Amino acid sequence: MTTRRHFMSQTAAAASAMSFPLIAGAQAKSVKVGVLHPVTGALAYSGQQCRMGALMAIEDINKAGGIKSLGGAKIEAMLGDAQSSPQAGTAEIEKMNEAGVCAVVGAFASAICLATTQAAAKYNLPHVVDVGVADQIVERGLKNTFRFGPGYKKCAEVAVANLHVLNTAAGKPARTVMIIHEESLFGTGTANLLSKELPGYGYDVKEVIKHANPTRDFNNIALRIKQVNPDIVIPANYYNEYALLVRTMQQQKISPKAIYSVLGGAASSYKFVKEFPEAANGIIDCNHWFNPRDKRSLELKKRVEAQGQFFSYEVFMTYTAMTLLADAIDRAKSTDRAAIIDALNKSTFSNHIMPYGTTQFVNGQNMGAQPLMTQVVKGDIKVIVPRDYREVEPIFPLNA
Amino acid sequence: MFDASILLSALLNGLTTGAVYALIALGLTLIYGVLHIINFAHGASLMMALYGVYALKERWGIDPYVALPLMVPAMFVLGYAMQRIVINRASHGKDENILLVTLGLSIVMENMALLFFKSDTRTIDTAYTLTTVAIGPESAQVMVSLPKLVAFAGALVVSALLIVILQRTDLGRAIRAVAKEKQGARLMGIDVEHVYAMCFGLGLACLGAAACFLLPAYYVNPQVGNGFVLVAFTVVVLGGMGSFAGALLGGLLIGVVESFGGLFLGESLGQVGIFVIFIGVLLLRPEGFFGAKT
Amino acid sequence: MTQLRKDIFSIALFVWTVAAIPFFTHSGVVLNFVMMALFACLIAQAWNVLGGFGGQFSFGHALFFGTGAYFQAIAQLSWGWNPWLAMPAAMVMAALVGAWVGALSFRYGLKGSYFALVTLAFAEVFRIVSLSVPFTGAGVGLMLPLKESVGNMQFGSRSGFVWLILGLVTLALCVTAYLRNSRFGAYLQAVRDNEDAARAVGVNPFHVKTWATVLSGGLMGSAGAFYVQVFQYIDPGIGFGSHTSVEALVGAIVGGLGTLWGPVLGALALHLLADLTRNLFGQMPGINMIIYGVVLIVIVMFLPRGIAGLSTYTPKSWRRND
Repeated sequence: MTTRRHFMSQTAAAASAMSFPLIAGAQAKSVKVGVLHPVTGALAYSGQQCRMGALMAIEDINKAGGIKSLGGAKIEAMLGDAQSSPQAGTAEIEKMNEAGVCAVVGAFASAICLATTQAAAKYNLPHVVDVGVADQIVERGLKNTFRFGPGYKKCAEVAVANLHVLNTAAGKPARTVMIIHEESLFGTGTANLLSKELPGYGYDVKEVIKHANPTRDFNNIALRIKQVNPDIVIPANYYNEYALLVRTMQQQKISPKAIYSVLGGAASSYKFVKEFPEAANGIIDCNHWFNPRDKRSLELKKRVEAQGQFFSYEVFMTYTAMTLLADAIDRAKSTDRAAIIDALNKSTFSNHIMPYGTTQFVNGQNMGAQPLMTQVVKGDIKVIVPRDYREVEPIFPLNA
Repeated sequence: MFDASILLSALLNGLTTGAVYALIALGLTLIYGVLHIINFAHGASLMMALYGVYALKERWGIDPYVALPLMVPAMFVLGYAMQRIVINRASHGKDENILLVTLGLSIVMENMALLFFKSDTRTIDTAYTLTTVAIGPESAQVMVSLPKLVAFAGALVVSALLIVILQRTDLGRAIRAVAKEKQGARLMGIDVEHVYAMCFGLGLACLGAAACFLLPAYYVNPQVGNGFVLVAFTVVVLGGMGSFAGALLGGLLIGVVESFGGLFLGESLGQVGIFVIFIGVLLLRPEGFFGAKT
Repeated sequence: MTQLRKDIFSIALFVWTVAAIPFFTHSGVVLNFVMMALFACLIAQAWNVLGGFGGQFSFGHALFFGTGAYFQAIAQLSWGWNPWLAMPAAMVMAALVGAWVGALSFRYGLKGSYFALVTLAFAEVFRIVSLSVPFTGAGVGLMLPLKESVGNMQFGSRSGFVWLILGLVTLALCVTAYLRNSRFGAYLQAVRDNEDAARAVGVNPFHVKTWATVLSGGLMGSAGAFYVQVFQYIDPGIGFGSHTSVEALVGAIVGGLGTLWGPVLGALALHLLADLTRNLFGQMPGINMIIYGVVLIVIVMFLPRGIAGLSTYTPKSWRRND
């Protein structure tokens, strides 16, 4: 029920048309997909990494022949800037809807995803969530929302279970834990889940410290860590604070048996490892990670690094979300939104670079999604758990 | 509950963090004390200065402390130009307009940084980034980070310099005259616009120094200024608008309050201590510790 | 025609015109734009009551916004209230907070930049506390469950929200018209222009300014409650963050302080500017905001009295030494 008569929508369509690559003599229609991320504002870095992942995926898909069941139709990206706020994200969804996109991939941040999936649901517009780990996103009963990767409940459960595996294998040297988390949705939610799960496995959560966003100084927290002297320190925060915390710990010569992060902002980040190799050494993270045994992930990594960028999780999460969508459009054999939603629901997509196996969506969540445990070893990040994807033997504890 | 070394550490930590707050507040208190404008662009200006220090180190290998004689004059010129060319012209002297102009400037600066430097966080690596110094008696020895100690010394030096400039130089006399009685100063032949611009320049020059001391222990990205703005305002109000000694002592006090607040209330809730003090001072003694009673 | 008649006529014309928009277009883009533009108008008008008419510049209006928003969310989540009941109650709550902050600040004689800074501090305190307290959801925030129905104030189409926000904007316009045409409004403006002189003729500045804060806070609270109904999620950053405070004051000042239509024009102009720059230049992140900032400075340079340009004054209390 859209009219194209009004000036605003015409301007929007015209403006977005200016960004499309021209399709020379296309017999097949092009498939318009919305790519919505916070590329300005506080989340700009992550948003831009996500966008890069999406565009690379589109490039690869088009090069490999586009959407085959639609006569080789190429995917056309309609870029949107969520400006790090739910309001701007919603406005972009309205624009994308009126420009006739058949689906949207985005929007990185949970708070923005909550708003954009809801706005898209009004038009039955399929929305593939690329990162957004808050579980509420897929628990609201929206039929148009699909998340390929894991939510933080899953990440917390896996992290705790695997910690226990590692600890037991090493003879149970660790028992006390300290959690340091940032104050908003991601950190608080993760910390709550961990505090609930850990005691069940016999761990003693000595203290949970919440800190502000941004925190300018971690010396006091470092002091507290020194005083409590836990076996394991578990940080759950964003890149800047994570990096500051770990650097401060190094400076104050605090070395617990393990730094074990869950969705750690800097933990499995090539950028952090490159800039602070000593502080990063040995850190274990439970985070989004690609399948290290799939050659294509390493090729993708090389391509990204050749552009002078870091192969951060935002890149491969959005990349694979886009490939999932392309596969669904192919199966649906149409750009009709309802058909695509149906195809996503029935998707068994397995030709991807993530360690998720065969896709299976239940209420919008891919059941095969899982985080991987990585460790920083010799200046590189390697997968340690689960065994199917293990690249090196884990070093646990760091110092006996 | 907390043993002596923890408390001593929190105290020292608070003092050194507070010194950085003081450095940032010194410029703000000068600008506020003389021009009576709440400078929305102060945080963004700090961010520009930090990028300047970063670029000098990454591109030309100039150490942040060595960069002081480069950054300070550069920021001074930037500040002078900002006030003389943009703020003064656009605002027509009306306070609400000055607010909007500084806000517009901060938006422009933040997004120019986004455009040129992209949004990722940058840090620099120096030989002394991780060095610590042991302070205190054997029983309660504390490791304090060296860059922060240097920042502390820097804050003392800069405050002293500013006080000297204001009390002993002609410019200082002119500034004090304009702050006290603008029209009278104008009638005495003082070029008020020039003095205003000099003040703004000095204010930003302080930020240049602050950036040199801050970057080794911190990081820079386009939004980094926002985290310091509110604290800086608190320090300015606490110390008394226009007083350098006040900004220095206020900064140290706020740093200590933040440190102990974090220790006893938790790092997140502990921030509230700063603002409770802010409100208390505003209500009960708005001129701050060293400000002149109106 | 008296000023009051003129005001009522112009308000009625505005309301009828805008209310008709959803009948002429079903475009989601347009309706969403209208809805968010009206939202920007509402917060600018709320700020204008205290800032433009009262001469007290608040930098922490998000305080009232967040109070309204959280109350709206908590009333539904924890006490099972119907949102139509919760919204007026949220406005009252925000107004009460306004009374508290106003009374406290004016009792201690805070003016000008001191008042501005204390409101900022209060907003920050509320933000920090709401990050730690369980009943606001702490850092996780609060989420309203999705249940579309008119009775639940969650409209299936944007039109419903457009009419709702239009209703709130109309309320704000009426309050503003009241300030322009009533004795209370005259007292308030007298206090704004010269507090001592007003006191000398028998006006009670404390009384008048506090009531202005109450009205301003209540209107701002309605915007908060509205936000929660549309986006169904609130957290301390969204509720009490400075972004909303800044947007409110910018719209009012650019539009013209102390006027009836100033905040509406200013908010609309700025919202349009932000949207246009995002649409035209969204490809290169950052450029659109640079242009926005430059245009803001240029507007101020050439329209020092704001767009409405009718009322002009510099709050005497702002300058410490003039």
